[in-house]
Amino acid sequence: MQGLLAYIDGIGWWSPGVPDWEQAARLLRGDDSAAVDASTRPSASVLPPTERRRAPESVRLACEVAGQACAMAAREPSTLACVFASAHGDTATTDALCATLASAPLETSPTRFHNSVHNAPAGYWTIAAQCRAPSSAIAAGPGSFAAGLFEAAVEAHADAAPVLFAAYDIAACGALTDVVGNSAPFAAALIVSASRGPRTCASLYLRHEAQATAPTAVPAGLAALAATNLIAAALPLFAALANAEETTLRLRNGTQTMLAIEVRA
Amino acid sequence: MPSRIAPLAITAYTATSALGRGRAAHAEALRTSRGGLHPNDFTAAPLACAIGRVEGLEQEALPAGFASHDCRNNRLAWKGLAADGFLDAARACIARHGADRVALLVATSTASIEATERAYRELEDGHFPAYLRIPALHAPHSLGVFLEAVLGTRGPCLTLATACSSSAKIFAQAERLLRLGLADAAVLAGVDSLCGSVLFGFNALGLVAPQACRPFDAARCGISIGEAAGFALLERDGDGDDTAPRLLGYGESSDAYHMSTPHPEGAGARLALADALARAGLAPDAVDYINLHGTATLKNDEVEAAVVADLFGASTRASSTKGHTGHTLGAAGILETVITLLAMENDLVPATLNSTEPDPHCGPQLAFANESRAIHVALSNSFGFGGNNCTLAFGRGAVH
Repeated sequence: MQGLLAYIDGIGWWSPGVPDWEQAARLLRGDDSAAVDASTRPSASVLPPTERRRAPESVRLACEVAGQACAMAAREPSTLACVFASAHGDTATTDALCATLASAPLETSPTRFHNSVHNAPAGYWTIAAQCRAPSSAIAAGPGSFAAGLFEAAVEAHADAAPVLFAAYDIAACGALTDVVGNSAPFAAALIVSASRGPRTCASLYLRHEAQATAPTAVPAGLAALAATNLIAAALPLFAALANAEETTLRLRNGTQTMLAIEVRA
Repeated sequence: MPSRIAPLAITAYTATSALGRGRAAHAEALRTSRGGLHPNDFTAAPLACAIGRVEGLEQEALPAGFASHDCRNNRLAWKGLAADGFLDAARACIARHGADRVALLVATSTASIEATERAYRELEDGHFPAYLRIPALHAPHSLGVFLEAVLGTRGPCLTLATACSSSAKIFAQAERLLRLGLADAAVLAGVDSLCGSVLFGFNALGLVAPQACRPFDAARCGISIGEAAGFALLERDGDGDDTAPRLLGYGESSDAYHMSTPHPEGAGARLALADALARAGLAPDAVDYINLHGTATLKNDEVEAAVVADLFGASTRASSTKGHTGHTLGAAGILETVITLLAMENDLVPATLNSTEPDPHCGPQLAFANESRAIHVALSNSFGFGGNNCTLAFGRGAVH
């Protein structure tokens, strides 16, 4: 099947104790000195202080990595179309909303309700960045990262303009832990372009594959991190980017299909 | 400005809403100005409002082997999918192009959260009851997983969830995939069903009207929530039936203003309209009809009416059909696409039901009663929370 060549101009990363791509790259290269305080929260400095206080965790997490990727790519956030991907959205908001609906539905919080939409990060981000470009929010179960990356590359090619892609999931809480396996937050972002630019750090040839084959194994030592969050299914890609490794990977992009990714310089 | 795109053929389409199941029921309701809104009988806790409920979903069964997908949203999807022969048309299309060449683009705002709400009402020692402990049922992609299994597509498949613009934006996604040669056809599905979250959530925001909503009426006081399933099959122009209506263009934008209130001058709406017209290669005066977002909130209708009055002449007719169906949220874009295509087919500008006294911001474009006129080019507006906007442009088939 025909594919798409996507150029990566910026990368963002946040996982507990690893608050940016620089430290993540050290971790992914096997440098143990990367360990820092695991209790920190995403700073999401792109959000104005009032919005940061009102924003749920998923929004702070997604905006943090989105801001990092824009900075690395030297791209003005107001100019970029954006695609946000998440398998489960803000599960803390879902948990609180469903608990209130079960006990006292008329006490439903208006802020919590508008924060419950899947495009809450896209909304907060475009407001903070004063971005009027198109914004999207997608989900594809365990394949959410790869499906979102493909969608971002499609948009970048269709309009010949770079696209911000951010993927995130937070830890499940409350009764939702019965059906949502995420045990820790994780987010990553990429600036995806249709052409090579001065900040390009890698190219990805993306091809949708109709057969459900085994995804590329997570590198040794990262299995524990990968098991904490569905978005961390992308770890093989980020390990290849950190190690400037030319390789072909397969990530699940849904329940029945795969995304093949040829990583090149 | 974006470049003009090649039109795509909409080779099959259908909708199921409070107006009934399939195109004929919708066409009849539009022709006779029959509304589908009734007093709320859905929520266990009383909430005085009107809703657009699809009858019979409580008795609807999913096909054999799909019990693990059972929830109101997937029941609605299944009920709607087979209407107007859409399921057969989709399967024939998949056989014609190959399953790997057909994308499945799904849109919803709340997916199967009604099942999650139910689990929370029935918690046992703080845990989900066993019969609801099905992970895929409590994820935003539940509709996509169900439809992919039913249809057997193997092309790109994902859920787009940008609240009330969701099922308009999947038309834009489909156009990009086909233009770039990444798929030969796309099955589009928009399904949203009634649930406590949206009824009590919009109520908490003070946006729910106590009676049936009155879009663009000076005395309007909020929305009525509905549920719907809409489906469309998109193929390249020339692949299918010459008489099939065409997707001519789309425009997407963000307001960059507020999570739940539109930009006061409609900055994002104007961008979406301009981009849709640019991709269609049309000037505003070519537009015969606009199906407006027209939710009947104070702010949306004020802003949207002013934008339409500013950009279009009086020969462009405009109406909101949310008084017929209620606001079906993530399904609104595709439901109102089907209504727009029916308006085109039947030379009918549908009424803005329940409304009589125009808001002072309304221009001469607003149609409050049915009007008979030929519609060659039509637009449909969908605006969502987070300031997420999408306008679609449609045209008649080559031979009508």
